[in-house]
Amino acid sequence: MSVTKETRSFPGARPPDRFRRVDADGVGISVYEWGKETDPVLFLVHGGSDFARTFDVFAPKMADAGWRAVAWDHRGHGDSDYAALYSWDADIRDALAVMDSTTNEPAPVVAHSKGGALMMQLAEASSYRITKMVNIDGMPSKRRMPDVPDHDQSRLLAGEIGSWLDFRHEAPTSIRKPGTLEDLAQRRAKMNPRLSIEWLEYLVTVGARHDEDGWRWKLDPTMRFGGFGPWRPEWSALRMVSLPMPFLGLLGTVDEPMGWGARARDVLPWIPSSGRLEVLEGVGHFIHIEEPDRVSNMVLEFLS
Amino acid sequence: MSTIHLQHNRVTLALHQVKDATGPALLLLHGLGDSAANMSNISVTWNGPIWALDFTGHGDSTVPRGGGYSAEILMADVDIALRHIGPATIVGRGLGGYIAFLIAGARPQLVRGAIIVDGPGLAGGAVQATSSTEIAIAPRPGTTPDPWALIELSRDARPPNYAVTFVQLARNGSDLDEPIAVTCKVSPPWIEAIRAEAGVMTDISLQEALDIYAAP
Repeated sequence: MSVTKETRSFPGARPPDRFRRVDADGVGISVYEWGKETDPVLFLVHGGSDFARTFDVFAPKMADAGWRAVAWDHRGHGDSDYAALYSWDADIRDALAVMDSTTNEPAPVVAHSKGGALMMQLAEASSYRITKMVNIDGMPSKRRMPDVPDHDQSRLLAGEIGSWLDFRHEAPTSIRKPGTLEDLAQRRAKMNPRLSIEWLEYLVTVGARHDEDGWRWKLDPTMRFGGFGPWRPEWSALRMVSLPMPFLGLLGTVDEPMGWGARARDVLPWIPSSGRLEVLEGVGHFIHIEEPDRVSNMVLEFLS
Repeated sequence: MSTIHLQHNRVTLALHQVKDATGPALLLLHGLGDSAANMSNISVTWNGPIWALDFTGHGDSTVPRGGGYSAEILMADVDIALRHIGPATIVGRGLGGYIAFLIAGARPQLVRGAIIVDGPGLAGGAVQATSSTEIAIAPRPGTTPDPWALIELSRDARPPNYAVTFVQLARNGSDLDEPIAVTCKVSPPWIEAIRAEAGVMTDISLQEALDIYAAP
């Protein structure tokens, strides 16, 4: 049973002006909007293990500049439904359902991390939907572990597969560990070490559930990041270079646990001819959260 | 044919016992869009118990909302079944052949030989980056196979080097010298790649492979 919510505030953070649900082929998707409904649409796409309300500082800046900023929780994230299956193709179809529920007109997209890679795939399939794209540290890199020999990588893969399969057996009964608001913020700080505790505590109040035994992140406990599969990162690079719309890539230079480790030299050859890459020195993976004013100014200038 | 139900996360899998007997177990995996009921009609001679699994979204197993299929998820379906059955030889038709092959690499101690047979969904999708597509379907609630399974599992990427990795895993982890048998005539790039690997039997019939794997 959910108990009364404790709240936190954060400078510049503003809750969405509107909330609605979209049925994506049976999966309920939670959609949040900032700004006037009559303003031009701008889609904001979060990364893996995040949720739409991580745009609570960035989105209001877009709204105040005259955009109807629309973000949604991916399936299994935030307040969207848990699903039995998760895949990129499914995430992209959910995104299309949100877009169709919002406008029939093409619109720009600002997407972070995994959201950026998802939007590049969507834009390659449906370029007519996207007018401009901003990708915030969701650009592919071909880097892999250079200090691990091939035979050890094979053993690593065997371990990953076994561990993943074992987890599938436990998944039906898995439940997130409860904690205090401060506990959850500290746990997230391990993955987001450059973000302030004040911001992370604010995120707990808008992205976690407060049960009688404590707070829990809403992320589906049966989801497991990392692992294995046939996908090769260079395939995403081939999608990126094919994009026909104006493209702005933003890259930080400081590695973080949730970052992709992409370097400008890896990414530059794959920037589309209609695009450019901006490197922000001394910034980590959550560029728009670390530097909201600087990034919003860059994005607004690009969109203008 | 009796049926038990096993839980794989939010999906309930139907595992059918086609034949009750003592001895080494045989597990049958159907092709794309097919079912355990059809697969259990395959003509084989096997002295031990025979089981047939309905993959997620197929036969009597649950249809999940909103798709999201991958070959790796179906491999986990089989792992759930193997925990109930114990070590088994696996015969897979079409898509089931690819899944049998994957689980032979992932759980080499549990798979007493994986035999790949021609059938729907054997080839799979891309071996490299391809153009994306925007797809919409008309839902068919309450029926199998799930249309999303048909679409997603006929397009899943199967690069040859990924397949070769699973051969190596099977060879390194199995007590069998040749834990994989290729009996199919269709030869997509992933099959071509594994044919050339040590540990893979080729030019062999289904029954010949079964006889080899049934030997103590």
